[in-house]
Amino acid sequence: MANEKTMPKGPGGPRGMRGVAKPKNAGKTIARLLGYMRGQRHLLVFVFIGILCSSLAGVAGTYFLKPIINSIEEGLSTGSFDVAAFVMKLVLMGCIYAVGAAGAYLYSRIMLNISTETMRKIRVDTFTKLQSLPIKYFDTHTHGETMSRFTNDTDTLREMLSQGIPQMFSSSVTIIGVFAFMCILSPLLTMLIIVMVVVITLVVKKIGGQSSKYFKRQQQAIGAVNGYIEEMIEGQKVVKVFCHEEEAKEKFTRINDELFEAASNANTFASVLGPITNNFSYINYALTASIGAGLAVAGVMDIGTVASFLQFTRSFFQPITQISQQFNSIINALAGAERIFELIDEESEPDNGVVTLVYAMKHEDGTLFEASERTGVWAWKYPQPDGSVTYTEVCGDVRFENVVFGYTEEKTVLRGISLYAKPGQKIAFVGSTGAGKTTITNLINRFYDVPDGKITYDGININNIKKSDLRRSLGMVLQDTHLFTGTVAENIRYGKLDATDEEVVRAAKLANAHSFISHLPDGYDTVLTSDGVNLSQGQRQLLSIARAAVADPPVLILDEATSSIDTRTEALIEKGMDTLMEGRTVFVIAHRLSTVRNSHAIMVLEKGEIIERGTHDDLLKQQGKYYQLYTGMFELE
Amino acid sequence: MLTKLLKCVGKYKLPAVLSPIFISLEVVMEIFIPLLMAKIIDVGIKGSGGISYIIKVGGLMVLMSMLSLIFGVLSGKYASIASTGFAKNVRKKMFDKIQDFSFANVDRFSTASLVTRLTTDITFVQHAFMMVIRMMVRSPVMLISATVMAFSINSKLARVFLVAIPVLACALITVSIKAFPLFRQMFTKYDNMNSAVQESLVAIRVVKAYDRGEYEDEKFAKAASDVMDAQRRAERILIMNMPIMQIVMYACIITVLWLGGNLIAVGGMDTGELISFISYITQILMSLMGLSMCFVSIIMSRASIVRICEVLDEDVDIKNNVEGKTSVENGEIVFDKVSFSYSKDKAKLALRDISFTIGSGETIGIIGGTGSGKTSLVQLIPRLYDVTEGNIYVGGTDVRDYDLEALRSSVAMVLQNNVLFSGTIAENLRWGYENATEEELEAACRSAAAHDFITAFPDGYETFLGQGGVNLSGGQKQRVCIARALLKKPKIIILDDSTSAVDTATDKKIRDAFRSELSNTTKIIIAQRISSISDADRIIVLDDGAVNAIGTHDELLASNEIYREVYESQQKVVE
Repeated sequence: MANEKTMPKGPGGPRGMRGVAKPKNAGKTIARLLGYMRGQRHLLVFVFIGILCSSLAGVAGTYFLKPIINSIEEGLSTGSFDVAAFVMKLVLMGCIYAVGAAGAYLYSRIMLNISTETMRKIRVDTFTKLQSLPIKYFDTHTHGETMSRFTNDTDTLREMLSQGIPQMFSSSVTIIGVFAFMCILSPLLTMLIIVMVVVITLVVKKIGGQSSKYFKRQQQAIGAVNGYIEEMIEGQKVVKVFCHEEEAKEKFTRINDELFEAASNANTFASVLGPITNNFSYINYALTASIGAGLAVAGVMDIGTVASFLQFTRSFFQPITQISQQFNSIINALAGAERIFELIDEESEPDNGVVTLVYAMKHEDGTLFEASERTGVWAWKYPQPDGSVTYTEVCGDVRFENVVFGYTEEKTVLRGISLYAKPGQKIAFVGSTGAGKTTITNLINRFYDVPDGKITYDGININNIKKSDLRRSLGMVLQDTHLFTGTVAENIRYGKLDATDEEVVRAAKLANAHSFISHLPDGYDTVLTSDGVNLSQGQRQLLSIARAAVADPPVLILDEATSSIDTRTEALIEKGMDTLMEGRTVFVIAHRLSTVRNSHAIMVLEKGEIIERGTHDDLLKQQGKYYQLYTGMFELE
Repeated sequence: MLTKLLKCVGKYKLPAVLSPIFISLEVVMEIFIPLLMAKIIDVGIKGSGGISYIIKVGGLMVLMSMLSLIFGVLSGKYASIASTGFAKNVRKKMFDKIQDFSFANVDRFSTASLVTRLTTDITFVQHAFMMVIRMMVRSPVMLISATVMAFSINSKLARVFLVAIPVLACALITVSIKAFPLFRQMFTKYDNMNSAVQESLVAIRVVKAYDRGEYEDEKFAKAASDVMDAQRRAERILIMNMPIMQIVMYACIITVLWLGGNLIAVGGMDTGELISFISYITQILMSLMGLSMCFVSIIMSRASIVRICEVLDEDVDIKNNVEGKTSVENGEIVFDKVSFSYSKDKAKLALRDISFTIGSGETIGIIGGTGSGKTSLVQLIPRLYDVTEGNIYVGGTDVRDYDLEALRSSVAMVLQNNVLFSGTIAENLRWGYENATEEELEAACRSAAAHDFITAFPDGYETFLGQGGVNLSGGQKQRVCIARALLKKPKIIILDDSTSAVDTATDKKIRDAFRSELSNTTKIIIAQRISSISDADRIIVLDDGAVNAIGTHDELLASNEIYREVYESQQKVVE
């Protein structure tokens, strides 16, 4: 009777209009959702009982109007009002209602716990999966797309679990209950209801069909407006510099008006639906009252029946409206759940490596043994078929043997790359964008796997090394710095979670970051927010160098690590960089040739091939591509 | 705050007023229906009315419900016109306001936050507005008229409401007040969780490179648990609404039946009246419930309203001098003891006490380390920011005494973060000069060394660029941006590190073109590369917000340490 509840929406709330996508396999998705509630299945039983109690109590309570009214009527006609019986009936009615209210509270309370716990599990599963996916996944899916698994899709799913499903169930119970009682009270009047329901369904269907056209148009208009807003706001400064404000306003007025046209039409359809179903139930109420009264006059029906039937007609249409409202959102939520599960079902990064990275110490005879703490010596731990293990010291000897690679099958990016980096050597890659510089480093840390040729690390095929251990042995400083929300110290510590404060400061000093950090309001405890916007690009890059420094890995990969630092500052951190690179094998990619000058070997890449290699002086003497690049005859892009 | 927003209803005032009127009429119809029903029972069945009376009143009831249907539909229609129209106006007003923002205003809000305010927040407010003109009208009207009806039927019985309504109202208010801060906490936790996802998504390569997957998992698991706990705490309170509502309603029904039954027994009331009275109970209490829901969602949209008003109320700190000079005489620039701070805080100066004079037509190079204030300095010339202290004169007049548009169309600036817009190359170029002829476009592109690569595209100048000019390389983008600036035929052109991705040979070509074709235009070039500025008439060396030295390449090389350092770090070893 009183189930007209629409709780304030969860985070995000009204989120414009979501496209309606149908789930491919609703049954399977529901089964899987139930799987997430496995631990709470016994609680679900209580939820069902609660819903049953609350819905049936509402129905039964309404039915009770009949005997109560009739006993009053009887009292009137016979002249003797049986107070005791009357009170008994009221008490019984009160009990039924009390059970109903208790049931309603019980199920919504339990359902709250179940749904939040289920959502937590799903979220954690999704996130954990996300972390284990290969880089390829992130290449082929936009951030926005993946984010919406966590926002839109989980929100709709949460609404469905906490409200949609229980309401659907309780509405169904109510409809069945009400219908049963109505049949008992008066089959004739029930017929009238059925006719009405058919009429409403037809009307709603007609309107729904019309509205989908408008909703589609609205969707397009929203896309156009949002796209324009994004583009103009992002280019706001250019707009200002060119005094283009008036033009921007004019165009916006146009597309904004278009959105209004589409939106007001679409919303009209949506907002007249409620009054239509509601008032049809009133028409039905009026007809029922008249016919019922006629029947009462004819003596076919008593007044109590009319009264309770009238209440029923009101409580019959409400759940129908609710189901039709919930239906779409449940379909939507299931489609969202399917998308979430699709992500969870993505294949994780494969890892068949058996060789692991361990701290080691040397016996006097030079053989290695495993140590439990950081010793400065690393070793590869090799399990042998006979169950024993052997150790090889990690030196940082990296070799490529005829490596062929493409991100997609159609397009080869690297064509037969062979190279070696002996321990402690600095190898530089230069070449234009798309030549394959970054790809080479992406293969070393196995962001992608090599289909052809092989890469060895200290003589071990890197495919045999456990991925996480391989990566721990490689320090990376990327062009896009990416800092995390947290303090400066925490960000540096990302390289080595158990680094002491001294280690953090030492790393920062090495990267020449200490001085600007000391000038921050809270020094090392300054909280950086959303990707470190309160730092300059150069400062962020210094932090990411410090992050690599604290990790202290045997091999270092610097991918345009100093591109955002001006040459003077770069000169300042050069010393730090030199100390950082000392004793390590280093791969450097740099746009600016001054940074690669002192490398042991420079590889000039073009179209996935190494076209020149040698030291700076060698290459200049060759007067080839490197020479041209260096003298500025070619555009590096 | 609200009044300002409500002004945005604008020409949709009529639908905004009609909707509540129609919804009130709908309510009135709905209210009369139970009363007529009572008449049917009391007069038609039990009284002397008979079938003819029943048909007459029944017909009236059907008629009223039909009317109610029409009113309801009309109200829905007008409500959606009013609310989408309102949203349209707010969106427009915000967009226009942002167009008037100065750089400083734009900096204060981040781009992303401005976009959210213009999209998501407006959607929220639109829904809230719809809620206000429908539910917020419907519920009180229903509450009042149903109460009046109940009193008119039987004032003694209606006293039940004098207890029930305050009790329920208090309970609902208490629940809302208690739940609200908890919901706020929940939203914060929720934002934290989402930004954790966003962050690890953006930085996935770092996460993987450092093998921090598990660490991130743990961090996220904690964030997810926090969300769960916060949500439970908040909703645990909110779900009290239902049982409270049910208990009050059921208690009312039973009390009314008991008292009513007794009244009927002594002849103080009719059965039909009792039945309709019960209908009113439902209507009254449900409308109270609806009202509380309205309040909750309005409170929840309050954050959005605040965010929108922040934009609308933002003081545009660079005001156009409407009576200012409308033409710029020449390209002479004078900085007179200029100090500048982004935050207007004199303790945090980005530029300190800068004075120099640039003659019209001169070529000036500016060099300095990251954060030395190069960009800040040039942005003051077209008055993208206002100085904190001192004066800047362009063409002999203080920049603040110009009409802004006149000043800015005479000062072309190629920004560091170049933005091209979706559209053809020609369309992008015409930003500089709307009525430029083909020849003018080509001439500008030749000067910017862009003509050749543009004509190499199959569609030439009609090549379509995606958002942000994604299909051009960095160097090409920079050259199109320079051409766009040249089309303004400015008195002063400023290149803020705008040839960094262009090779040195092309860079030189552009500079040569500048020299021969823009001899009367003052040229200011910020560069990292010494070669880009070494042939300038004079070079300004900036260090930590102050002018370190001014001179020619040779002078500086001889006398300035910073300049020499930069030079040496880039020195070529070309034998």
